[in-house]
Amino acid sequence: MILSALFFYLFASICVASAFMVIAARNPVHSVLYLILAFVNAAGLFLLLGAEFLAMILVVVYVGAVAVLFLFVVMMLDVDFAELRQGFLQYLPIGGLVGIVFLAEILLVVGAWNIGPGIPNLVAAPIPASVTNTEAIGLVLYTRYLYFFQAAGLVLLVAMVGAIVLTLRHKENVKRQVIANQIARSKATAIEIRNVRPGQGLQG
Amino acid sequence: MYQAIVFLPLLGCLIAGLFGRLIGPRPSEVVTTTFLFISMALSWIAFVQVGLLHHDERVLLTTWMSSGDLKVDWSLRIDTLTVVMLVVVTTISAFVHLYSIGYMADDPHRPRFFSYLSLFTFAMLMLVTSDNLVQLFFGWEGVGLMSYLLIGFWYLKPEANAAAIKAFIVNRIGDFGFALGIFAVYMMTGSVVLDIVFAQAPALLGKTINFFGWQADALTLICLLLFMGAMGKSAQFLLHTWLPDAMEGPTPVSALIHAATMVTAGVFMVARLSPLFELSPTAAGFVTLVGATTAFFAATVGLVQNDIKRIVAYSTCSQLGYMFVAMGVGAYSVGMWHLFTHAFFKALLFLGSGSVIIAMHHEQDIRHMGGLRRKIPFTYWTMVVGTLALTGFPFTAGFYSKDAIIEAAYAGTNPFALYAFILTVTAALLTSFYSWRLIFKTFHGEPHDRHHYDAARESPYVILVPLVFLAAGSIIAGWPFKELFAGEAVGEFFRDSLKFADGNHILDAMHHVPWPIVMLPTLMMAIGFLIAWLFYIRNPRIPEALARQHDALYRFLLNKWYFDELYELVFVRSTKWLGRLLWKGGDGWLIDGFGPDGVSARVLDVTRNVVRLQTGYLYHYAFAMLIGAAALITWFMFAGGH
Amino acid sequence: MTYQLPPLLPALPELILAAGAMVLLMLGAFRGEKSTPLVNCLAIILLVIAALVVAWMPGDKLSTFGGSFVVDDFARFLKILSFAGSAAAILMSLTFLAAEKQQKFEFAILILLATTGMGMMISAADLIALYLGLELMSLSLYVVAASNRDSLRSTEAGLKYFVLGGLSSGMLLYGASLIYGTTGTVSFSGIAQASTQGGLGLVFGLVFLFAGFCFKVSAVPFHMWTPDVYEGAPTPVTAFFAAAPKVAGIAMFVRATVTAFPGIVTEWQQIVVFVSIASMALGAFAAIGQRNIKRLMAYSSIGHMGFALVGLAAATTGDLRAQAVQGVLVYIAIYLTMTLGVFACILSMRRPKGMVEEISDLAGLARTKPAMAFLLAMLLFSMAGIPPLAGFFAKFYVFLAAIKAGLFTLAVIGVVTSVIGAYYYLLIVKVMYFDEPAPAFAPMPNEQVAVLAVTGIFNVLFFLYPAPLLDAATLAAKSLF
Repeated sequence: MILSALFFYLFASICVASAFMVIAARNPVHSVLYLILAFVNAAGLFLLLGAEFLAMILVVVYVGAVAVLFLFVVMMLDVDFAELRQGFLQYLPIGGLVGIVFLAEILLVVGAWNIGPGIPNLVAAPIPASVTNTEAIGLVLYTRYLYFFQAAGLVLLVAMVGAIVLTLRHKENVKRQVIANQIARSKATAIEIRNVRPGQGLQG
Repeated sequence: MYQAIVFLPLLGCLIAGLFGRLIGPRPSEVVTTTFLFISMALSWIAFVQVGLLHHDERVLLTTWMSSGDLKVDWSLRIDTLTVVMLVVVTTISAFVHLYSIGYMADDPHRPRFFSYLSLFTFAMLMLVTSDNLVQLFFGWEGVGLMSYLLIGFWYLKPEANAAAIKAFIVNRIGDFGFALGIFAVYMMTGSVVLDIVFAQAPALLGKTINFFGWQADALTLICLLLFMGAMGKSAQFLLHTWLPDAMEGPTPVSALIHAATMVTAGVFMVARLSPLFELSPTAAGFVTLVGATTAFFAATVGLVQNDIKRIVAYSTCSQLGYMFVAMGVGAYSVGMWHLFTHAFFKALLFLGSGSVIIAMHHEQDIRHMGGLRRKIPFTYWTMVVGTLALTGFPFTAGFYSKDAIIEAAYAGTNPFALYAFILTVTAALLTSFYSWRLIFKTFHGEPHDRHHYDAARESPYVILVPLVFLAAGSIIAGWPFKELFAGEAVGEFFRDSLKFADGNHILDAMHHVPWPIVMLPTLMMAIGFLIAWLFYIRNPRIPEALARQHDALYRFLLNKWYFDELYELVFVRSTKWLGRLLWKGGDGWLIDGFGPDGVSARVLDVTRNVVRLQTGYLYHYAFAMLIGAAALITWFMFAGGH
Repeated sequence: MTYQLPPLLPALPELILAAGAMVLLMLGAFRGEKSTPLVNCLAIILLVIAALVVAWMPGDKLSTFGGSFVVDDFARFLKILSFAGSAAAILMSLTFLAAEKQQKFEFAILILLATTGMGMMISAADLIALYLGLELMSLSLYVVAASNRDSLRSTEAGLKYFVLGGLSSGMLLYGASLIYGTTGTVSFSGIAQASTQGGLGLVFGLVFLFAGFCFKVSAVPFHMWTPDVYEGAPTPVTAFFAAAPKVAGIAMFVRATVTAFPGIVTEWQQIVVFVSIASMALGAFAAIGQRNIKRLMAYSSIGHMGFALVGLAAATTGDLRAQAVQGVLVYIAIYLTMTLGVFACILSMRRPKGMVEEISDLAGLARTKPAMAFLLAMLLFSMAGIPPLAGFFAKFYVFLAAIKAGLFTLAVIGVVTSVIGAYYYLLIVKVMYFDEPAPAFAPMPNEQVAVLAVTGIFNVLFFLYPAPLLDAATLAAKSLF
């Protein structure tokens, strides 16, 4: 138990620290790297909870795909993040104050936290002891939580549609490949034979 | 017939006022004047019928208002007191109309002028014929309004406007008291009809009214409040300041309103309400005090004035004081008699002054006149008649009525009777002096303004005829009426219209005063005449030397006891200051500032600040959200119930 | 292990909308831009069908997906309102987008998906369903706000909305997690059972949850996005924002508050009272300073949300709850009609050179277009709450509820701010009727005429026969308790 507690605090503190560095780092590439570090530590926290599947998904999807995509974007776009963050320090005092107020109050609440005796029993779908947690998620995700799953799917659909709507442009002067046209080409439409006389060139 | 007396002037007013432009000035003058003469003739008939043949009458015209217990009618109360006033008002008014045709000949607004004159006459007639206090008040305000309009008739003159406003405002003070008096009467008796009020009056003896926590004797309070109205209207001491200024109006107006009729309304009112005043010795004493003081005060001021009309005006003021002395000591009929005679000779003096003013091309300062008797002898002689009557020269009208007042004051029993006697006798001396001073400076000696003197000529007949009639009146209004107003026939003549309480034997007593007292006013008149003669004919240097010697006194009198300045300082300034305070501070700063303007300005301030919050910066918005959430949480942490 | 599919009937309207949206997406994707009119038309038809299905749906109170999705009279009432609002928004956008060359078939599809999200929000009976519905709606809204991607203002509006919306969603989720942490459940009824004794953690969760709600209904102090987004977004999008999403937001606010937190009434009442006062005041004051009519409508809607929340603040105990909720429902229904009518006018402010949106452009409208000016004036009077127009009754019922609940201060402040608010509504009327006419607008498109006529006449004549709306609202309110 002590070991797991030790690891919990290790992961948690690194997670919070790296999350802070994400917004504090000067170099945006460093920010993304700190973000990856935060994800990895969160995955560690999942592992401690026994949710191996979620931990792996987090590493694979977020670290492997999303964060790498972020890295590409950050490296490819010439965004001057330093300029964007100029106001950051200016608002640090008041922002910090609000943050400290939040923190203090949350700590007070957590300090006085008492979970009602019946509450653990209210958990809607406890994990059956006989299955792995991967299987357990699978069991409820498409049955008990079908509705939420589908709704999340709709949200993703909207995100996709939105991304396309906002970014896809049909430029007038860009030549696009139309395979059907390529295949349907015949000799008659493809080439034109001109009889060029010597010394006169091709005009018109 | 009585309706005709009252409403003919109204008809004339409407014709001249509404159609004056259409029919032109001359028909307007003719119509109004004719109607007035008809009205005058009818009034004299009424005088004979009611006064001599004792046919009292009540003419109900229509119901004016009926609200709960309060029932007020338009009605005419025809008794002797009324017919005396009818005669005075219509006669003077008729002659003034006639005179005005000549006096106003050059004025472009004659229809308006005649309309006003007739309307004034109508209002005055409503006043004197009223059978209840509300109608009396209607007439009272009506004459006040017409006085305002006529003083300010030449509305392009700033002084005329100022004088009109002053007259109106000073009268408001008196009217305020009068209105309160009417309310008090209604409160105590439940009626405003004169007969009912008089019948109830004895029952009010000893009752009190809670007046701002002060338990005032009901009758005394009522009488004093009502008398306050009389003081304003009759320009008595303290409320007199408007009358001299009112001379800014055309001279016929001064003669009609400010000498013969309107200013005597206060006297009439006290006589009319004699059943109330008889019951309150305190109020009667106060009336005596005010009357005597006014008589003396106005006479002193008259001594040194130089404007011909103002001298006559102060004389009017003084004579009104005499009338109130008579009223105060209970000799109502004597006061009425003086009112009657005074109307003739004072109107005569005013109209004569007007004639002089025309001759002098609207010069009114007697220091610029002199020697006019050779140029305008007719005016001169009528003026002399008027002066004789005013000063109480034996066998003129004034001699009888004024002496009767002084005798009554001597015989009077109230605490201020002796005071009144001394002051009225002194005033008789002063009256004689200033009246003759006027005559001497105007008509005798050397002309002081050659240019005007040479151009002076006698007025047309339309002006002179009224003078003749009024001069005749000034003489014959005396002795023939002695019995009716001050002799044995008083009771029979006035009957119920005047009330003499059981203990009131003043009319008897005044016949038994010792002969030196009787001779005293005449002696005073003679002394006054001699001094005037000495000062202005024999040795004109004396007055100047005297004025130099007693400079302070001279200035005190010349500035009318500094009343205008005092009022300016005490009332006008403080009122203006208060008004300015309420205007700038109360209305502008407080109500507008915190009311409409302030609210809208604050709304705009708030709007400006709120709009400024909307900076357009994303992180500001995010901060707003976070701060909002933090504030709510903090609230629940420390203050919210949980 | 066999699995029984939960009954899908209660979610049929949402299913129709979602499936229809996908079909239309295919249609648009394969037929290209020229299919836009057809897609728009079909989208409206789908919305109408969905609304009819809602109205037809049998049974008193249906529940499915493990109790996450509930259809009761409350849901029926508000779904019909929001579907109608969405349909009207698409209808009013047709001419505008065609004229501005912004036609995209995705616009109608995104509105369909947003409306699906609204339906889910309205029916949501637990926090997860609530959040997913909210997110589905919001994401669609972010996209349509930025849909005129060549306009800097439109993209700025979309971006601001997105970032702040993300923040508010984060707060909402944080609140939800705190609530889950203290109660161990996400379903409203479970929370209600577990929260009888309150607790500071629950209250904190409530605050964050309300922060998310307030953001969606643009209540102060979570309103800051509203004016910028309303002004920046294309006008039909603004019309849409002001109408249907507000209905859904209020529905979610009311249902979550009264069904999940009856145990901590004093706490949430304090928040609602504060938010309500702040919204009414800010809506009234800030609108006065505006020159742009869309921005003005943003503040107007902030103020109206404040008034609607007055009713919610009164929904505390006993029979009063149903009455207060009824007030809110009547308010939101009438607000919807007023807003759609006014936006029909704003969408008709077209001069030959293009759209205009300054208040001064309305000058002298009474002389150039008297009928439009009259109906707009009536709608504005109604918004100001002047009897006997519908807006008066809306305010009347919420204030009545507040007074019955003893919230006198709130009612008085409400009346005062509505007086202040009347200033800017009347200012527009004054500009229309007494100022020198500006050049006339282009003729009003038929769709706008229809919307304006229906809403305007409804507002003018509501007082003659208010019973149907009041009865429906009463029924809907009772179904919550």
